Amino acid sequence: MENGETVIQVTGLRTQFGTQVIHDELDFTVRRGEVMGVVGGSGTGKSVLLREIIGLMPPKAGRIEVLGEDVDSLNEAEAKALQRRWGVLFQDGALFSSLTVAQNIEAPLKEHTKLSLQLRRDIVDLKISFAGLPIDAANKYPSELSGGMRKRAGLARALALDPEILFLDEPTAGLDPIGAAKFDELIGGLQSALGLTVVMVTHDLDSLYAICNRISALVDKRVKVGTIDQLSQETDPWLRDYFGGPRGRAAAKTAERQD
Amino acid sequence: MAQAATTQERSPTLAIQPDGERLLIVFDGAWTTRAITDQDQALADAEVNGCKRVRLSLAGVEALDTTGAWLVYRTSRGFEQQGIEVEVTGADPSHSGLIETVAAHDQPCPAPPPETNALIDLVAYTGRETMEVFAECGRLINFLGHTVSALLRALFNPRSIRVVMLVSHMERAGINALPIVGLISFLIGVVLAYQGADQLARFGAQIFTVNLVGYGVLREMGILLTAIIVAGRSGSAFTAQIGTMKVNEEIDALRTLGLDPMDVLVLPRVLALVLVMPLLTFYADIMGLFGGAVMANIELDISFYQFARQLNTAVPIESFIVGMVKAPIFAFIIAMVGCYEGLKVSRSAESVGERTTAAVVKSIFLVIVLDALASVFFSVIGI
Repeated sequence: MENGETVIQVTGLRTQFGTQVIHDELDFTVRRGEVMGVVGGSGTGKSVLLREIIGLMPPKAGRIEVLGEDVDSLNEAEAKALQRRWGVLFQDGALFSSLTVAQNIEAPLKEHTKLSLQLRRDIVDLKISFAGLPIDAANKYPSELSGGMRKRAGLARALALDPEILFLDEPTAGLDPIGAAKFDELIGGLQSALGLTVVMVTHDLDSLYAICNRISALVDKRVKVGTIDQLSQETDPWLRDYFGGPRGRAAAKTAERQD
Repeated sequence: MAQAATTQERSPTLAIQPDGERLLIVFDGAWTTRAITDQDQALADAEVNGCKRVRLSLAGVEALDTTGAWLVYRTSRGFEQQGIEVEVTGADPSHSGLIETVAAHDQPCPAPPPETNALIDLVAYTGRETMEVFAECGRLINFLGHTVSALLRALFNPRSIRVVMLVSHMERAGINALPIVGLISFLIGVVLAYQGADQLARFGAQIFTVNLVGYGVLREMGILLTAIIVAGRSGSAFTAQIGTMKVNEEIDALRTLGLDPMDVLVLPRVLALVLVMPLLTFYADIMGLFGGAVMANIELDISFYQFARQLNTAVPIESFIVGMVKAPIFAFIIAMVGCYEGLKVSRSAESVGERTTAAVVKSIFLVIVLDALASVFFSVIGI
């Protein structure tokens, strides 16, 4: 359980829709305790990679190991046990619309633990507080919440079972800049407080500078890994435009100022 | 790290023992969300029994996550509130960090609103729904007005009718429905003939089976079955199509482009169904009679020629017309209700499903009510 141990290892991954190849011989690793950002142009299969790792989509070829277990070879019970050890925040929260926020967070606890009712309620309150939601949000329905609040509620639900790995699909997309910065702060804070490993698909350059330790860029159907500094030295045209374009430079400047 | 792999975890155990003036509570094993079961109750029940100090020993804890940390925090908070001194010893630095984090996030949420009285809810629900039925009737009639006025506008300006859309909907609602409408009508003809033959044979009146099949299929069964199939196939499709457009803000986009959804979406669908339904009904009539004839042939040895002659003498042409007249009216109702429900979809995926169900139920209900009224009307005027 040392920091730095590999928790996700993807080797030789191939993804194909019809004749269109999305990933080819792709390798991807995530180490325990780091925040890994996944970037790439539209259609390079960032979200697809995420869905393959969490087992929502079978890859065409390749091996995916999460927490030392080969995702493909697990039987149903083992797969369920593994799923309990990660949490996923989908793009718009993906809250169950017929349940209140508190019930949404309680759902995985009810399903997968033997905690007493009172303790479950306590834990729900705790996670609501972790996610930075106001206490009166507990009894509201998802439709009564703003986009940012829905994401926070989704995060609280993803944290319900105390996962070791947290997967985030575009956590700051659709948030205003202030809300996005707060959300970055929240994720960074939770990551260090709870010792989480975070894998985050994002477009948001500011998030990358703010919280990511390493970045995997999807280029040419494969992954280029490195810190922001390393990747911005790359000669690949997409990476050069991404980090060297006006937005990339602005984000870098903001990050410098904050350091 | 806060977590340990499942395989290596020892289950959490708890020992509560008085130690002179002091109460000693020893936490041992893995205190994680997955592992904790009834230790919660034991901790909540822990009594001080006159002890003035409490020590929580975490030295044996090998894994602690937020649930475990919460239990430690809650226990010490509980004792402190009773004015008892609490010390936590032997905690791993990462564990005590987690306990502090949890303590910093202690903010109880308000309890969910209490359940209301079921009986009162039932009465209130009945009242609300009754009012809603009347309001809904009003809105439906309002929509009927809109549809008719759009229809009249289109008749005076035929170029505004979107022919490609119209034909496409005619194909989907009409031609594509032929197999299922034909099969079901044929089978109903078979059933009518078979049941009729069975009963009428007791009076030696087998030949009247033809009358039964003729009247039954032409007046009621042909049109009613077609209407129900079309409501299930096309009415629901209209709602889902328009509803999905509404969810995607496509309807709003149409409006901002200066296009009226009534003209672009509703009218082609209503017109298509009104044009296609009489044809489908005619086809259903033929298939139903054919089914009856086949059964009469097998069961009663009535040849196709005999069947046709008996049909000709026994069943007047008015019966056929009565059936056919209803077709465009039912088509109008089904298409109108389908479009109306589609436009009522709110911006959530759930409501598309709700509205689609409502469209099918409402249109079938209206069709059958109208059919019953028509039955009475035609018999009063003696057709």
